[in-house]
Amino acid sequence: MAIFVDETTKVIVQGLTGGQGKYHGLRNKAYGTQIVGGVTPGKSGQDVEGIPIFDSVADAVAATGATASFVVVPPKFAPAAILEAAEAGIEIVVCITEGIPAQDEARVYNTLVRDHPNTRLLGPNCPGIISPGKCNIGITAGEIAHLPSADGPNVGIVSRSGTLTYQALYELKQQGIGVSTCVGIGGDPVPGTNFIDCLSEFEADPETHAIMLIGEIGGSAEEEAAEYIAANVTKPMSAYIAGVTAPAGKKMGHAGAIVSGGKGTAQGKMDALAAAGVKVGLNPTEAGELMADIVKGL
Amino acid sequence: MDLFEYQGKQYFARYDIPVSPGDVALTVDDAVAVAERIDYPVVVKAQVQVGGRGKAGGIKLADNVDEARTHATNILGMDIKGHVVERLWIETASDIEEEYYASFTLDRAAKKHLLMLSAEGGVEIETVAEENPDAIVKLHIDPVDGLDLATARQAAVDAKIPERALDGTADILVKLYRCFTEGDCDLAEINPLILKPTGEVHALDAKVTLDWNAAFRHPEWDEYSLTEVLDEREQLAKSKGLQYIGLDGDVGIIANGAGLAMSTLDVVNQVGGSAANFLDIGGGANADVMAAALDVINHDENVKSILINIFGGITRGEEVAKGIVEAMGRVDLRAPIVIRLDGTNAEEGRQIILDAGIAADKLISKPTMLEAAREAVALAGKGN
Repeated sequence: MAIFVDETTKVIVQGLTGGQGKYHGLRNKAYGTQIVGGVTPGKSGQDVEGIPIFDSVADAVAATGATASFVVVPPKFAPAAILEAAEAGIEIVVCITEGIPAQDEARVYNTLVRDHPNTRLLGPNCPGIISPGKCNIGITAGEIAHLPSADGPNVGIVSRSGTLTYQALYELKQQGIGVSTCVGIGGDPVPGTNFIDCLSEFEADPETHAIMLIGEIGGSAEEEAAEYIAANVTKPMSAYIAGVTAPAGKKMGHAGAIVSGGKGTAQGKMDALAAAGVKVGLNPTEAGELMADIVKGL
Repeated sequence: MDLFEYQGKQYFARYDIPVSPGDVALTVDDAVAVAERIDYPVVVKAQVQVGGRGKAGGIKLADNVDEARTHATNILGMDIKGHVVERLWIETASDIEEEYYASFTLDRAAKKHLLMLSAEGGVEIETVAEENPDAIVKLHIDPVDGLDLATARQAAVDAKIPERALDGTADILVKLYRCFTEGDCDLAEINPLILKPTGEVHALDAKVTLDWNAAFRHPEWDEYSLTEVLDEREQLAKSKGLQYIGLDGDVGIIANGAGLAMSTLDVVNQVGGSAANFLDIGGGANADVMAAALDVINHDENVKSILINIFGGITRGEEVAKGIVEAMGRVDLRAPIVIRLDGTNAEEGRQIILDAGIAADKLISKPTMLEAAREAVALAGKGN
């Protein structure tokens, strides 16, 4: 078991013929992910190292039976690409694109909710998702993720930041702890999938025994997650929040990482999570060590 | 990006939102010329991106040319909470009967647009929210549906805006919403929105924050980059395309990825140091980007040590290493570097650094983020 994606997931890459799409699409394939097709308008009939290219997502789905899509296209085109995937019946869309205007994200999100409730969007501006040993969609280097062990205990990771996701995987690997699934939800203001979506899946996943959450300043997603955890999550958790020292009013790299009007501070988020029973580390290493302690006790 | 009031008003005008006639002035003579052109009384307003301008003496009424000259002279160059006034906005003074508040933002929790409307304007909306929350009408708008005139008018009714101002307010709300959405704003705020004795409703102030991710479809935004408030270091970093924020400490920071960069700042703080900056070289950074980053940090005279924290994903260790070696050959770095290199091709990267034969007191490698931070903070301490 894993959440959202596993070894049976068939994936197409929207933008496979571009530089980034090709590099990461092939890397995902080399990891063992079932990359069954690519989509680039006007290039049907071509292939990228044996992976067939289609003109549209609908064509790709009809020919391959894909249920997941990896969107690697520039910000200008990403909103249309995501909606095209949803219209073609894709169940999980992973969009790594950084720099999509917030107005477009809000429209896409609400369109999906209304017209395509069966499509889950991961991202935008996320590193993707990896179920170690089974499926890797996105830009995470697969080798830094420790394989889950058959009898556990394994940890599920959910994170708002790309490099901190790698850091979390690394910390767990150092400790020899297996990972069931690691989900990057992305650092933008309107993520398609939020902490709570992932927490509820991890809670239900028999292969996940503990959960690690990586958050950052800005918005209230961590506070909402804390409320959810208190009421619904029985599995032990550790967490880390980046941005304790971030100055107010500045966007810290990610479009969504901003403390404004005294809201969205790291301290507020850490307090909320701690109150919900989550072990909160002051840095990624500490969060990893806390998780090691948790796992030892399982 | 936050716009100055005058830019916000000019932006509003593009969407037919009524604002007072006026113009921007960089000198006293220009200010007087604008005042003479638009007729008295005029308001001379300091253009700084900070609240409390009026209390600081940055907003004055002028009835004639002498007063206009006096106020312009006094306000230009004035320091308001650390912001030096370089521009003035001169506009026709308005008769005010009532003051309201209106804004549109994105509610990240609800993932919908949020209209906030109040009949109590002219003061900080946070104050109203605290003291009299019922005076603010909050209306969520589905971005797919948008906002129509009838809904806007109902919101104005709910906010207890008087009958004679309802149509004018609703009209402005619809226009402001268009400005917010089509104009790609993170925030579009009018405070105060005024009712004149003549019955007209009118934007007396403008607060606009643009979503710079949408710059590709707004060529009209180009001019705003010219007036962006940046310190010298930020200016240089921007010219090199780096995500940089200047801070006050003495440990220069370079990391890949926004989260890791923020985390690096935190760890430096935890071990008793303080960061001189936030600098994210981004995913897939190559040798040139690393060299540029070091160049920017080297320009900051407060920097006593440099901490490079890289976890390779898209970013490759050997590229980072090449950049460091290249930069050290090209720029005479004033401060020692402590590096922590992990992830994609980290081994190769460490080898490149080793082979370059850089003096051991100039470049120190540490295996973990925490150890690297401790070393960098210790070195910064010595440099003082």
